[in-house]
Amino acid sequence: MAIKVEMPKLSDTMEEGVIAKWNVEEGDNVESGDIIAEVETDKATMEVEVFDAGTILKILASEGDAVPLGQIMAVIGEEGEDISDILKEAESGSESTSGAGKEGTDQKEQEKETPEKEKDDDYDPVFEDSDQGQGKAPASKDTAGNGRIKASPLARRMAEEEGITLANVEGSGPQGRIIKRDIESYEPAEAPAAATVSREDKEVRVSQMRKTIARRLSESKFSNPHYYETISVDMQAVWDARKQINEVSDTKISFNDIVVKACAAALRKHPEINSSWHGDKIVQHGDVNIAVAVAVDEGLLTPVINNTDQKGLEQLQIETRELAEKARERKLQPEEMEGSTFTISNLGMFGIEEFTAIINPPNACILAVGAIKEIPVVEDGEVVPGKRMKMTLSSDHRIVDGAMAAQFLNTLRQMLENPLGIVL
Amino acid sequence: MAELQFREAIRAAIDEEMQQDSTIFVMGEEVAEYDGAYKVTEGLLDKYGPKRMIDTPISELGFAGMGVGAAMNGLRPIVEFMTFNFAVLAADQILNHASKIRYMTGGQVKIPIVFRGPNASAGQLSATHSVSYDSMYAHFPGLKVIYTSEPEDAKGLLKSAIRDDNPVLFMESEQMYGLKGEVSDEEDFTIPIGKAKVKREGSDVTVVAHGKMYHVAKQAASQLEKEDVDIEILDPRTVKPLDIEAIVKSVKKTNRCVIVDEAHPFGGLAAEVGYLIQREAFDYLDAPVQRVTLPDTSAPFAKNLFDEWLPGANDVIEAVNTVTYRK
Repeated sequence: MAIKVEMPKLSDTMEEGVIAKWNVEEGDNVESGDIIAEVETDKATMEVEVFDAGTILKILASEGDAVPLGQIMAVIGEEGEDISDILKEAESGSESTSGAGKEGTDQKEQEKETPEKEKDDDYDPVFEDSDQGQGKAPASKDTAGNGRIKASPLARRMAEEEGITLANVEGSGPQGRIIKRDIESYEPAEAPAAATVSREDKEVRVSQMRKTIARRLSESKFSNPHYYETISVDMQAVWDARKQINEVSDTKISFNDIVVKACAAALRKHPEINSSWHGDKIVQHGDVNIAVAVAVDEGLLTPVINNTDQKGLEQLQIETRELAEKARERKLQPEEMEGSTFTISNLGMFGIEEFTAIINPPNACILAVGAIKEIPVVEDGEVVPGKRMKMTLSSDHRIVDGAMAAQFLNTLRQMLENPLGIVL
Repeated sequence: MAELQFREAIRAAIDEEMQQDSTIFVMGEEVAEYDGAYKVTEGLLDKYGPKRMIDTPISELGFAGMGVGAAMNGLRPIVEFMTFNFAVLAADQILNHASKIRYMTGGQVKIPIVFRGPNASAGQLSATHSVSYDSMYAHFPGLKVIYTSEPEDAKGLLKSAIRDDNPVLFMESEQMYGLKGEVSDEEDFTIPIGKAKVKREGSDVTVVAHGKMYHVAKQAASQLEKEDVDIEILDPRTVKPLDIEAIVKSVKKTNRCVIVDEAHPFGGLAAEVGYLIQREAFDYLDAPVQRVTLPDTSAPFAKNLFDEWLPGANDVIEAVNTVTYRK
């Protein structure tokens, strides 16, 4: 009697196998245990073994064909045997018979996987052509191509409520059925013209830090007459100097450290910038204490580096890093955030070219530092690559006038363009 | 709360009701002198005497008929069957008389009778002693059917059954008689007939399971929990009248349902629940309702085949996987 060789279940999740290679041809004799084909599953390429001896009477799938689980791939038997029944079955099998029944609701059936057990004997049969079928086999042609969209009732209702067109949703259930999770994970390919989805607002609690930021910066912006001046600095020299410094330094000096250092030196030369408004008097501070803005999860903090001008680059680097770490861990002590005479905010690391900052009271000014950009510059009538950084000084006009701010910015620029001066 | 065995909970219910109402009597094989085949009625002969604790011949049709006659004449019999597998012999009395007399007399004659005893399989007892009859009796109008899974439900519902003016089939299990559980100490504690109970809250799948199958569902739940699948187990407790409202409420929450029933699949409780869910909660279903039942074949004797035949935790897990599209 002829024996059907069906696509075996070679991995837990395979639903079909692709014939990678046939090791036999029609007419070949095989023994039990012979590897007749190699099949690519969803996991790996596996060997298909035969369990019966005989002659390969028919090969029903070509190399490269995807064969659903349980579908007949080949027929083994005695030479000259009549296998027309099996061939007929194979033909209809490619439509729908082989998979759906066995893969149905009925758990016991799934476990046994006895091919001989016909669906008529099944105590709890699943009708193969039913839309509700649980079959994992590919959809039969009858139901696949007629435009009917298969969706669970729940998915249908959810789609209607959310204004999602089911035709646009890919179904992940059996036979492409659209189920709840498909609707939940659905994202429209492009904003549809008609159907818009309104999403709920989210309320976020205002933290203590945010309250402080809101109060202090509103106060500053609304009561201090701000104005802004921007200057562009050639950073090539700093670039080169930093490289040399870092070759000898124990710590890695950042551009920001150099800007802080240069600022401190420039402030020493322009005490009118390093000052505070006290209503009936202006206090020019003796110390230069620069605050550095640090972004933290809930907002920002401004730890202060005291006597900035008296510290070397390495020390500045170490102190800045320690203060920033403490700030991020929310371990800064109040005194570490007090006593600033000037503030620097640097958004260069985010690629921001230039921006304006709100003055950090009671300072007179704040410096907003942008990114170092490689841009074409004109030198001696030639366009050459250059490194430029923009800095914007926000000043309180009650204390600092435009020309004073400009002079300070020029001093700062000169220092940065000739960094040897600040290292001294 | 007192911890009682299932048999003790049933005995307590009978005892408490017999004390309050002298028209109640117990009748059946070995219920009196032998204290009951499963010791459910232990001590009751001493307490209530041979007029109220009656040993019968091995003649189910006969004593079921006597019970129906007694009920028609104003008594409240509790008829014990050694198992509902033997009650098949009394089916004419149950199906044609107990269930229909009130209807056929236009309500003039009440039948306050309880038929009770173990139901379904209990290990290797072979084909004729392993049938679950709750769905079959529930098919007939005029009968109430209760099949509980835990001692407290048994006590509360048996008391309600004894007080009911209609025939009630109260089903137990040989394998559960020794099962211990907390039972309310509340005086005159009863549970209304027809109320389901959510015994395990869950969000992913509603598993409807009663009688012995409740314990199978519980096993499946603890295994599925390890895989982060959180099933809700709802025990209908009463098969008829069925608390479909509670089932639908749960399915509307989980969107998926598996029914576990130790009966054959055709026309059973699982089929009924499946039908009602599709009618009442169609727009809430994310997958076709699945059922785990016996196969459409009688119980085998051989242990390996019997184990395969009886629904187990793995069958429940597989059905849960199917409705959650985990496979």
